[in-house]
Amino acid sequence: MFYREAGDFKTSYASDSQTFPIRFDRWRYYAILAVAFGVVPFFINDYWANAVFVPFLIYAIAAIGLNILTGYCGQVSLGTGGFMAVGAYAVYKLMTAFPDVPILIHVLLAGGITAAVGVLFGLPSLRIKGFYLAVATLAAQFFLVWLFNKVPWFYNHSASGQISAPERAMFGVPVTGATATAPVKYLFCLAILFALAWLARNLTRGTLGRKWMAIRDMDIAAEIIGVNPLTTKLSAFAISSFYIGVAGALFFSVYLGAVEVGEAFGIQKSFLILFMIIIGGLGSIFGSFAGAAFLVLLPVLLKNLLVGQLGWATDLAAHVELMIVGALIVIFLIAEPHGLAQLWRLAKEKLRLWPFPH
Amino acid sequence: MSDQLLYAMEAGLNGLMAGVMYSLVALGFVLIFKASGIFNYAQGVLALFAALTLVGFQQGQIPFAHLLNTIFGTDLDSFGWTLPAAVAILLTAAVMVLLAILIEKLVLQHLVNQAPIILFMATIGMAYFLEGLGDIMWGADIKTLDVGLPQGINETVESVTDRLFGYGFFIDNLDIVATVVAALLVVSLTLFSQYSKQGRALRAVADDHQAALSVGISLRFIWVLVWSIAGFVALVAGIMWGAKSGVQFSLSLIALKALPVLMLGGFTSIPGAIVGGLIIGMGEKLFEFYVGPLIGGATENWFAYVLALLFLVFRPQGLFGERIIERV
Repeated sequence: MFYREAGDFKTSYASDSQTFPIRFDRWRYYAILAVAFGVVPFFINDYWANAVFVPFLIYAIAAIGLNILTGYCGQVSLGTGGFMAVGAYAVYKLMTAFPDVPILIHVLLAGGITAAVGVLFGLPSLRIKGFYLAVATLAAQFFLVWLFNKVPWFYNHSASGQISAPERAMFGVPVTGATATAPVKYLFCLAILFALAWLARNLTRGTLGRKWMAIRDMDIAAEIIGVNPLTTKLSAFAISSFYIGVAGALFFSVYLGAVEVGEAFGIQKSFLILFMIIIGGLGSIFGSFAGAAFLVLLPVLLKNLLVGQLGWATDLAAHVELMIVGALIVIFLIAEPHGLAQLWRLAKEKLRLWPFPH
Repeated sequence: MSDQLLYAMEAGLNGLMAGVMYSLVALGFVLIFKASGIFNYAQGVLALFAALTLVGFQQGQIPFAHLLNTIFGTDLDSFGWTLPAAVAILLTAAVMVLLAILIEKLVLQHLVNQAPIILFMATIGMAYFLEGLGDIMWGADIKTLDVGLPQGINETVESVTDRLFGYGFFIDNLDIVATVVAALLVVSLTLFSQYSKQGRALRAVADDHQAALSVGISLRFIWVLVWSIAGFVALVAGIMWGAKSGVQFSLSLIALKALPVLMLGGFTSIPGAIVGGLIIGMGEKLFEFYVGPLIGGATENWFAYVLALLFLVFRPQGLFGERIIERV
């Protein structure tokens, strides 16, 4: 009833091309932001932060990153876990080398380092396409994980081979380490996610995003109309890797605190984030959020239901979870290959006509 | 000959044998990719599932015992019999055919004409599902698989090389069996696809789906057929790998190892799968032997991928793959 353009007159190009053209959408967006920044931090406790909110925010950053590369630019990557590891180890080296610098700068620098590594591994994409490229990115995944395991310099020669985050602060408030509180962790991740999502949204509807999509839809045709494949593909790799690196840095420093590289950033992580963008929707920022939320919440729900309510053994519950995730992916691909984002789009179309569809 | 060279030769030979094992998995990929253009990530999990099922049948386990016990509070464990290996293998083959039919009916049939990447993702979903299913059906503990294959050092090879070079090579009997089986498999698959009616239909489908449909070949039957064959190849691979290193989750990861093999050999070539497997197997063993000690070892984890990556930069379609021609 309220969800339509009628009466919402646009008087400038800027207002015509805005992200949320419908007034209701705009207000909903502001309301969600207000709740996320203004209400949740006062009620969040350690359980909710660690089980749901912080992993959701971090995975959403990684999913947006992968979505830029795979969803917008069409380059399938199975190296996400490896790139997250680069972010994590970069932030670890920076944190231990420059203890007095605010953590935010370290996180962003870690993203920058990951972007450089991403461009390096993105170079073959100029020759290799499709599946071949997907398998080639596996080289990044396995090589990087091996590198962080084998070269002691990366983990400061610690005896266990693990890296663990020291206490680092931002504006005098500890963000990482044992004393960081749930609201601080949550707000730190949320602020970064908000900035990066806003940036991604605006990148993807600008010149760069259109170039990416041209390459995705047909690279040869795009080249003929004047899109430079070299800069376009490499910029997608760089920006995507920046996001994934930031996500990896946060995953290690804020969320886990201590990391063993093969376990936290293995091939399973690459697949998990790929699933997020498939279930959420390829080529959609909202889809990245939806997919991340779905795959973070599903295991928590299943675990609560099966282990908490029904009293099943945890290993059995884990296997049931595998089956359900697998089945859901297949069902989603059959029923709605464009993911949750497409369902959302359809729902909005329906809503605009509601309650008088004829 | 110097000792160093002899050790390298031994490592290389063992690498060749390991390469055959990779090829066994890669074969299944190639078959499905040729016939349906689907890049089947689930091949490794199929091998794991086949091996789990085989062990389950052999030991007379009751499927879903853990789940049933949890839900109904019963105390089921096994039927209390053990099946001979041959019967269990036949039963498992039947299960793989059933699985192929189910996959076609429930998944592929609904995904006709989708983009290849969507189909690829669907097989990843299937891989997860089958992994969970296998664990729930038969339990997730590490099992030993024994179908009476010879194991341990091959005495003949050791004594012959000892007489020739003064140093006995260590070659596992199982690897030799695997090599023979792989050779038989390739020959029989080639004969099948060249000379049998179904084989010709299969090649027709691989060539052009629509043309094959228009001359009356049932696409659905061919898909079931090809997934059954892939399931059978997975069973063979599962037996070999299971006998070598036990039936456990890591078995499904050999699928990932088969990918660089495919990239080297080309996705569409059966001989390519074999040659690629041999190159990767030997390359990674020799690299580990010569370069591994210098940079910390365990290079087998990534060598294959990096080799394939470098190779692809120069020849994007692989060694034997069909040339990729793109038109606007």
